[in-house]
Amino acid sequence: MFTPHTPKDVEVMLKTIGIEKVEDLFTEIPEKYRFPELKLPLGLTEMEAAEELESIANANGSTKTLLNFIGAGAYDHYVPAVVDMLLRRGEFYTAYTPYQPEISQGTLQAIFEYQSLICELTGMDVANASHYDGATAAAEAVILAYHHFKGKRTKFLLSRAVNPQYREVVRTYMRGNQAVSILGDDPETGIDASMDKLIAQIDAETGLVMVQYPDFFGRVIDYKPLIEAAHNAGALVAVAVNPTALGILTPPGEIGADIVFGEGQPLGIPLSFGGPYLGIFAVTNDLLRKISGRLVGETVDNAGRLAYVLTLTAREQHIRREKASSNICTNQGLMALASTIYLSLLGKKGFEAVSNLCYQKAHYAAAQISAIQGYKQVFSETPFFHEFVIRSPQPAAHLLEDLRAYDILGGYDLSKDYPELDNCLLIAVTEKIAKEDIDLLHDALIEVTHD
Amino acid sequence: MNFPAELKYAQTDEWVRVENGIAIVGISDYAQDALGDVVYFEFSVEAGDQVKAGGQLGQVDSAKASSEVILPVSGVVTEINEAVSDNAEIINNDPYGEAWLVKIKMDNPAELENLLTAEAYQAYRLG
Repeated sequence: MFTPHTPKDVEVMLKTIGIEKVEDLFTEIPEKYRFPELKLPLGLTEMEAAEELESIANANGSTKTLLNFIGAGAYDHYVPAVVDMLLRRGEFYTAYTPYQPEISQGTLQAIFEYQSLICELTGMDVANASHYDGATAAAEAVILAYHHFKGKRTKFLLSRAVNPQYREVVRTYMRGNQAVSILGDDPETGIDASMDKLIAQIDAETGLVMVQYPDFFGRVIDYKPLIEAAHNAGALVAVAVNPTALGILTPPGEIGADIVFGEGQPLGIPLSFGGPYLGIFAVTNDLLRKISGRLVGETVDNAGRLAYVLTLTAREQHIRREKASSNICTNQGLMALASTIYLSLLGKKGFEAVSNLCYQKAHYAAAQISAIQGYKQVFSETPFFHEFVIRSPQPAAHLLEDLRAYDILGGYDLSKDYPELDNCLLIAVTEKIAKEDIDLLHDALIEVTHD
Repeated sequence: MNFPAELKYAQTDEWVRVENGIAIVGISDYAQDALGDVVYFEFSVEAGDQVKAGGQLGQVDSAKASSEVILPVSGVVTEINEAVSDNAEIINNDPYGEAWLVKIKMDNPAELENLLTAEAYQAYRLG
């Protein structure tokens, strides 16, 4: 309950500190600044304010009203109603791991289930309770590798086909460390699917090689040669994943990845500008002690009953202080829970079906669009998942603007991040897109091109 | 609690045994007892490293704490005890024997003079 001070309270307080009126507290501020005229509109009733805010909100476009082919790291999947319904239960509705964790057995169990699902999905031994998003998880992968080699290996190679935002966040995190160089994503090394030029840069100084699977262009590349080269040089390999793709692809854990991380948003979390999203992070047993964030373990209590605990906490910053490898000890609890509900609800078969639908529809779309006069699929020789690159006869920005007239968000303009991909559009297709929607995009492209 | 008389001790709870000019280093019975159940040990040095007294030897984690282990002497690391990395519990079970941590070929054996005798260390720790 809000209880404002009564005039009597105020009087007592003023008397106690020895002044007469509240205004006397502000005499330090020059008089002309003390009570500026604010020129605010008149007050509104709650009903009027709600109406005004709603009309402002309605000026936003959304994937509810627009046909969306933009992916580039965040994907428009169907989120079953049950996810939100369970998520909003009072018992769960907090983003925090509790400060007295063991009294919240339900929260801990949910995190434990989440970790188990992520391990199964990625083929890794250990997953943490999550990070903020894919980009910060990428930075944690580099930090882990830096500490794993005790600062002795200072070269970190990021494939140019890793999400540009992830690479930017890695550089932001590592900016204070002069000894570290972040390399491998320059235009000269390029985006060739063979990865030859990146592999050639792996040496005894290299702590980590980071690739993406499927990569930023949707390509599914066999990283076995790269992983072998990295391991021969003693370096770790981190693989960024789109979890949806792991419904049908070989998990990176099975081909030797040391760290698997990624954006967990496709797992039951709606698209939203600025998040909250979900950073997935999993490692091999060898790196168990180096993983940042929280870990929940399953055990039995003193009466032999199943119980969940925060475990291996000595590696965390609240105990290890400045010696900890990361200052992250929080997680995206609520989003991790959303993904746990989503995955449990779909089950193995349902999840595989979503993955497969995305794959099939994207391949239909790629075939349709690349059949249009002047349109060509770039990287058509490399397998892809649910996203592909199309080179159009005109700058992508113009094309996208023209498609807006059809209420279509046609894709992501790649020329911003990749000057070598001028006129190129990154198109994502999820299970929400119907065949008719793809045909609509196809027809709209023909119309805007023949303008 | 055990304070073997033939060893030298650092105030930071490491012990040193000298055999043929090689310093063998571990952590004391007092230290392992204070830490409680040791769950993990990580070396900060490897064989071949030139190290200085006062630098970090490794990091020992127990269920409730994480502590730095300090190098008591300078020299070249000739060997590290991998058995401790594989199974850190031996630090609790046998701190002066099986759970030795590193062997160092000393640059300057006079540094041993800076360390405490068993008697002095016991007095320092237990009063």
